Amino acid sequence: MIENTKFQIGDLVRVRVNHTSGHCRTPQFVQGKTGEVVAVFGQFPNPEQRAYGSNGLPHQILYQVCFDQTDLWVNYSGPEQDTLRIDLFEHWLESVSTKHEV
Amino acid sequence: MHDHDDHSHHDHSHDPITSEAEDSLFAAREVAIRTLLIEKGIFSADELRHRVELMEGRSPALGAKVVARAWIDGAYKARLLADAETAVQELGLETMHTSKIVAVENTDDTHNVIVCTLCSCYPIAILGRPPAWYKSLAYRSRVVANPRPVLEEFGLSLPNDVAVRVHDSTADIRYLVIPQRPEGTENLSEVELAGLVTRDSMIGVALAQSL
Amino acid sequence: MPHVHDRGGWPDETPIDRSEHEFAQWEDHTHAMLELLIGPKYHFNLDEFRRAIEGIERKKYEAMTYYERWLTAIETCLVQKGVLAREEVDEKMVELSASRNVRNGFD
Repeated sequence: MIENTKFQIGDLVRVRVNHTSGHCRTPQFVQGKTGEVVAVFGQFPNPEQRAYGSNGLPHQILYQVCFDQTDLWVNYSGPEQDTLRIDLFEHWLESVSTKHEV
Repeated sequence: MHDHDDHSHHDHSHDPITSEAEDSLFAAREVAIRTLLIEKGIFSADELRHRVELMEGRSPALGAKVVARAWIDGAYKARLLADAETAVQELGLETMHTSKIVAVENTDDTHNVIVCTLCSCYPIAILGRPPAWYKSLAYRSRVVANPRPVLEEFGLSLPNDVAVRVHDSTADIRYLVIPQRPEGTENLSEVELAGLVTRDSMIGVALAQSL
Repeated sequence: MPHVHDRGGWPDETPIDRSEHEFAQWEDHTHAMLELLIGPKYHFNLDEFRRAIEGIERKKYEAMTYYERWLTAIETCLVQKGVLAREEVDEKMVELSASRNVRNGFD
């Protein structure tokens, strides 16, 4: 089991918008979107620190978050069960209680 | 000069001088950078050559071996889905220490397809280097927002009751798709099965080859 | 507007060119150099390398091939780390080109 994680599988999370400046691994198209945590991968070096020559410590927890495609793209052309899964670090995620919480 | 000496006694398959130096400005710049790094003792010509050989040893045949084993051995498949890194090593294959392989399974209900929208993250350890299209701006921009039309370009038309699940590998995870085992392959050997597992089927833009 | 490398969902109607690419020798070497420089012959890390790629000016980024971006970023990282100077690379290119011309003259 991976300990001390802020989120668990099944939690709804919203991706922060422009949370950091500089190098990051959070694509713009998921920023501000709400998805569900579907996997907790554990601790990995923080790429935002490593990109500037550090060792990436402290580690960040890496999650897999699942989004409905219809929530990501206006006029998504496929069926509503299509999803997109993406790997995101903990500091980019904030807790939400419902999908459309403002 | 080191460069020419270095090549003259290792590579007999093609002429390194004409194939690399006249290619482009980038090819010439690569020679210059490499020559300087060797002169400075950053690495030796032998070490670089060894690394190229390592790279050439990695190919989709390795991933196909993993998939074929998963097809014939349910317990192995369970281990692969739970901890792909260990399951891949179990077959004697090397993995990277800088990233972690995760296997995802195609089923009657779900079809997985892999992309890296930010660069070109790919399970090189078991698939070799990614194809050019995987690294292209068109694939990276389009497959996340419109996966079904993109899959159709690859000749894969999926019915609407199969959910398409796109994986954007943005971080330290490298995804391997386990395609569905084609029908009518009950009597095939593990090696014959591996022959049906194409590179594209392990990225998720194709099905495994049928008989 | 997203950064140049952050391509997901960009308006793009370009058909995907599925032709297979044979690697040129310089591309093999570029890949091998990167593996050495971020691994056993450590001089910079993968995220520094990615940041160098992302720092390539938009028009150049879009015009370059994959390994052209890689080679450019390797050089950027090596220069930043003080391993190489750009002028050294320029001079080495001239030197290598001159020695090639001399040899070709004798061929």
